Amino acid sequence: MNIALTTELRASYGFIERNINIVKRYWAWEVVWLFYSITNSLAVAFIAPGVGALNAGVDTRVLVLYLIIGTIVWRYLSVIFYWLTDVIGMERWEGTIEYTLMAPITRFTHLAGHTAFAVVYSMFHTVVILAVTAIFFEIDLSRANLLGGAIVLLVGSVSFIGFGIVAAILPLLFPEKGQQMTHVIISLLLLVSGVYYPVAVLPPALRFFATYSPATYVLEGARAALLDGAPTIALWQFLAPLIAMGALAIPFGLWLFGIAERYAKKTGKLKRNG
Amino acid sequence: MEHTIALEIQNVSKHFNPGAFNPLKRNGAKKPVLAVNDISITVQRGEIFGVLGPNGSGKSTFIRLISTLLVPDAGSVNIFGLDIERDERAVQRLINRVSVEAAFFKKLSPLENLLYGARLYGLSGADARAKIEVILKRLDLRADAINRPMEEMSRGMQQKVAIARALLTAPILLLLDEPTTGLDPRSKREVQTLVRELRDTHDATIVLTTHDMLEADGLCDRIAIIDAGRIVALDTPVELKKLVAANGHVPTSDSSAFYRTLGHEPTLEEVFLQLTGKKLVEDK
Repeated sequence: MNIALTTELRASYGFIERNINIVKRYWAWEVVWLFYSITNSLAVAFIAPGVGALNAGVDTRVLVLYLIIGTIVWRYLSVIFYWLTDVIGMERWEGTIEYTLMAPITRFTHLAGHTAFAVVYSMFHTVVILAVTAIFFEIDLSRANLLGGAIVLLVGSVSFIGFGIVAAILPLLFPEKGQQMTHVIISLLLLVSGVYYPVAVLPPALRFFATYSPATYVLEGARAALLDGAPTIALWQFLAPLIAMGALAIPFGLWLFGIAERYAKKTGKLKRNG
Repeated sequence: MEHTIALEIQNVSKHFNPGAFNPLKRNGAKKPVLAVNDISITVQRGEIFGVLGPNGSGKSTFIRLISTLLVPDAGSVNIFGLDIERDERAVQRLINRVSVEAAFFKKLSPLENLLYGARLYGLSGADARAKIEVILKRLDLRADAINRPMEEMSRGMQQKVAIARALLTAPILLLLDEPTTGLDPRSKREVQTLVRELRDTHDATIVLTTHDMLEADGLCDRIAIIDAGRIVALDTPVELKKLVAANGHVPTSDSSAFYRTLGHEPTLEEVFLQLTGKKLVEDK
C-alpha cells in the first residue's frame, strides 16, 4: 500500500482509538448520558398512550411507532452531530488542540477518523435505547421494511456529517461560545425536520427550512419503510436528496473548515482554553 | 537532509487584534498587540538555540509560528529549506514541540496518549509500543505509571511524558517552550540533561524558550534575548555577558577588570536588565 495512504489511515485510526479510550475512561458519564437518552425517548413515546387516553379515536399503536421512530432517528443523528461539533471543543477542553492541529495529517484524515467513531458510537447508543424502549412498548414491525429503514438511516448519517462539519467551524472561530452556538443549529433542525410531528403542520416559513434539512428526509424515509413497509425502491425519493445533500455538504464543510482553520491561525485562535 | 541551516526566520512579525470582528464582544476590539516585531534569526543544524525573555515578551508566539500554528503577518519561516506555509505538511513531519503546559487527554494514560501521538505521525501500533517502552525506560518513568490516568501524575512526570511524545516522532527540529517552568529542581535537572542528550545522540536541533537564566546559560549555544516582541541581543552566553561590561561601565577588552568591580561574573539576568531596563522575572 502507498506509504502516504498508510500514514493517513494510521492517523485516522488514531482518532478512533483515542475516542474509544476516552469513552472507556469516562464510562460513568457514558452511563449517565445513556440513562438520560433512554428516559428522554421513553418520555416522548409515552405521549402516544397519553393522547390515546385523551382521545379515544387515536390509533395509539401507530402513534407509538411514529414517535419511537422520531426519537430513535433523532438520537442517532444528533449524537453524530454532537461528536462532530465537539471535534475542536474536546481538544480545547483537554488542552491538546495545538498538538493535534500541528500533526502532519490532512483535516480530511482527522475528520474521517473522528466521524467513523461517531457513527459507530451513535449506532451502539441507538440500539441500546431501542432495546430498552421495546421493553416498555409493544412495537409491531411485522409490516416494516427493516433493510430499507437501515439504508435510509445510513445514507442520512452521511448527509448529516456534512452539516456537522460545517457546525464544527463555530468552536474553531469562537473559542469561548462556539460550542454553545452549535446548539442553535441542532435545535433548529429539531424544530423544522418533523421529528415528532409531520412537517405539514408547520407554518410555510418553517416548512421552507424543512426542505433543506437532511433529517426531514431521513425521518420521512424511515417512517415510510418502518410504518408503511414501503419497498426499498420506493425510498429513492428520500435517498436522492440525502445523497445530493451529502455530496454537497461534506466537501463544502471540509472547504469551509480549511478556511476557518486558516483564519484561526491568522488570528491566534488555535489556543487551548480559548 | 543536507541543509546545514535548521531554521531561518526573516523579518517575521505577528500581531493580535483581540475581539476584532467578533460580533459577540459588545465593547469592541481591544488594542492590537504586536507580539513578534520584525524578527530575523538563523539557527544552525545541531544547535541548542535559546530564546530568553519575560512573560509576555513574545516567546510562545515565536514558537507557535515555527510550529505552523500561526501564520505570520509578514516575513518568512523556513525549516531545513521548507517554507512553513507553502510546505506545511512536510515541515510538520520534521518538527515536534513540548509546551509549558503538558497538553494531554487528562483521563487517558501515558500509554494511550503516546499511542495517539505516535499514530498521528504515521507509526504503527507495534512500532509505537516498542518505541514507547524504550523511551519511557530512558526517562525513568515508573512501570506502574504507564497505565494510570495522566491527571494522577506529578507535573514533572507529565512533562517527561510530553518529552517522550516528542521523541517518538524523531523530530529533527525540537521546539521546547519553557519545558521546565513549574518543575521541582530535580525534575528540572533531569529535563535539562535530557535536552543535552537529545542534541548529542539524536542529531536534533533544539529551540528552547525560557525565562530561567541559569537554564539558558547552561544549555544554549546561542541565546536571543527578546523583549516586547523584538530581539534586543543575540549571541553566545559568554559574549552576551560581555555586553554588561561594554555597555555598563568598562570597555569590552577589559571585561575581567569589570567583573572584579562587579564582584562576580555578570549573569544573564544582569544582561537582560542592562539591555531592557527591566527585570526578567517580576518580584513577588
